[in-house]
Amino acid sequence: MAEPVVPVIQPLGRAFLAFLAVTGRLVMFASQALSHCFRPPFFGRLIVRQMIEIGYYSLPVVGLTAIFTGMVLALQSYTGFARFSAESAIPNVVVVSITRELGPVLASLMVAGRIGAAMAAEIGTMRVTEQIDALVTLATNPFKYLVAPRLIAGVVTLPMLVLVADIIGIFGGYLVSIYKLGFNPDTYIKNTLDFLIFQDVFSGLVKAAVFGFIITLMGCYHGYNSKGGAQGVGQATTNAVVSASILILSFNYIITELFFAR
Amino acid sequence: MSPDPRAPAPRAPGGTTPKIRIRGLKKAFGSNVVLDGVDLEIAPGESLVVIGGSGTGKSVLLKCILGLLTPEAGSIQVDGEETVGLSEREMDRVRRKFGMLFQSAALFDSLPVWENVAFGLIQAKEMKRAEARKLADRRLADVGLEPRVGELYPAELSGGMRKRVGLARAIATSPEIIFFDEPTTGLDPIMGHIIDKLIVKLTSKLGATGLSITHDMASARRISTRMAMLYKGRIVWNGPTAEIDRSGNPYVEQFIHGTDEGPIDIPLQDHFA
Repeated sequence: MAEPVVPVIQPLGRAFLAFLAVTGRLVMFASQALSHCFRPPFFGRLIVRQMIEIGYYSLPVVGLTAIFTGMVLALQSYTGFARFSAESAIPNVVVVSITRELGPVLASLMVAGRIGAAMAAEIGTMRVTEQIDALVTLATNPFKYLVAPRLIAGVVTLPMLVLVADIIGIFGGYLVSIYKLGFNPDTYIKNTLDFLIFQDVFSGLVKAAVFGFIITLMGCYHGYNSKGGAQGVGQATTNAVVSASILILSFNYIITELFFAR
Repeated sequence: MSPDPRAPAPRAPGGTTPKIRIRGLKKAFGSNVVLDGVDLEIAPGESLVVIGGSGTGKSVLLKCILGLLTPEAGSIQVDGEETVGLSEREMDRVRRKFGMLFQSAALFDSLPVWENVAFGLIQAKEMKRAEARKLADRRLADVGLEPRVGELYPAELSGGMRKRVGLARAIATSPEIIFFDEPTTGLDPIMGHIIDKLIVKLTSKLGATGLSITHDMASARRISTRMAMLYKGRIVWNGPTAEIDRSGNPYVEQFIHGTDEGPIDIPLQDHFA
């Protein structure tokens, strides 16, 4: 009787157990890493180095993403809103979409591809070439030396990066509205400022901090646990980017719900 | 022919507290039992080399002592202090007594050579960078490298140089116990000989205790005062280096002569049958 069900239930159960195991390992990894973020010694030099890596060197790619997104946003809203003679709402649409959603999410996805992959590859290589074991034998905790500085740098730097992305994105919308759609610059800027609400920007920066944590955590976790030489490191890199992207998108929904659901 | 687990453990020469004392050490990965009750003692100042074929658990033994792996059962004492079950923080205190030369040197490739050598001084001993730099240059000189090598990155070094930098890093903090994981593997015979000489010279200069693992018998004879043979997760023989050739132990006999006939059984599929 029960036999035809077994082949269906068994893989489901196995997948579910595997999911629970991974979640458990991840939570343990994260809590161990976090505890080292708040206990001295702090490696200021390493934190600054990671901040430069995550923030400064991501500026070009994040800036380009933001400016094109802002430009497309203005153009697309215009084609829609012109039908209802609602063109004056364009600055509003640009400002709200960029600060609440597109700035943090797109910037973080770009950074996930750039930084998450690089971290997983670097830490993964250190794992498979015994450099992490060497750290331990030199009485240096790898969580403290490798993971904590990256997490701190990610959480601090991503909001700064997103703030820059917000400004550039809104500026992209401005460029298209003024030079292509013929808006009056003074009115456009006034409307933009009117619609610029603290809570929108703030929620975007909170998202950015959470995404910064997710990106660096995934990069470190997959790198730290990689095994089996070059292939293992490659796998870790892919896993870091994919899992960070999925988590960013799902946490984006959760945070939006927390901030704006009435 | 497997040794009786209740037999008295191999004694280190002299009656002092052993530097490292291992009893009944067991470690398995899933169903694969790697260490099956290792008993071993290392006296202060001696240089013990653990010999054994590939996959006999030599590296696992070393990693258990360093606290990189947690054994399932057994005891490891360093200077009479039990280290199995210590917290990570307490284990770090014990690790300050250790230096380790990794098989592939395991240099940090994001740091220049001098910072690799000075790493333990700066991180664990909280020495000022300028001061650590001077000491690193002295250690580089100890292993026969010029100070300008300190500016290079590990990727720019040859295999022999990497090994020497790894050695300089292992001795930089003047450790009481130094571990060598296959110190000559991957080197040409001459460079292997140079590394062996450096190991002997530097450990005696520091008055350190040495524990090496290798399957290179020539190297083992040069650097050891005592040898122990690991086979199937147990120590099957242990004695002074001078007696290795008349051990009367069939495992040791087979290993040092490298023949394929004897009690050591390496299962191979016969493709020519």
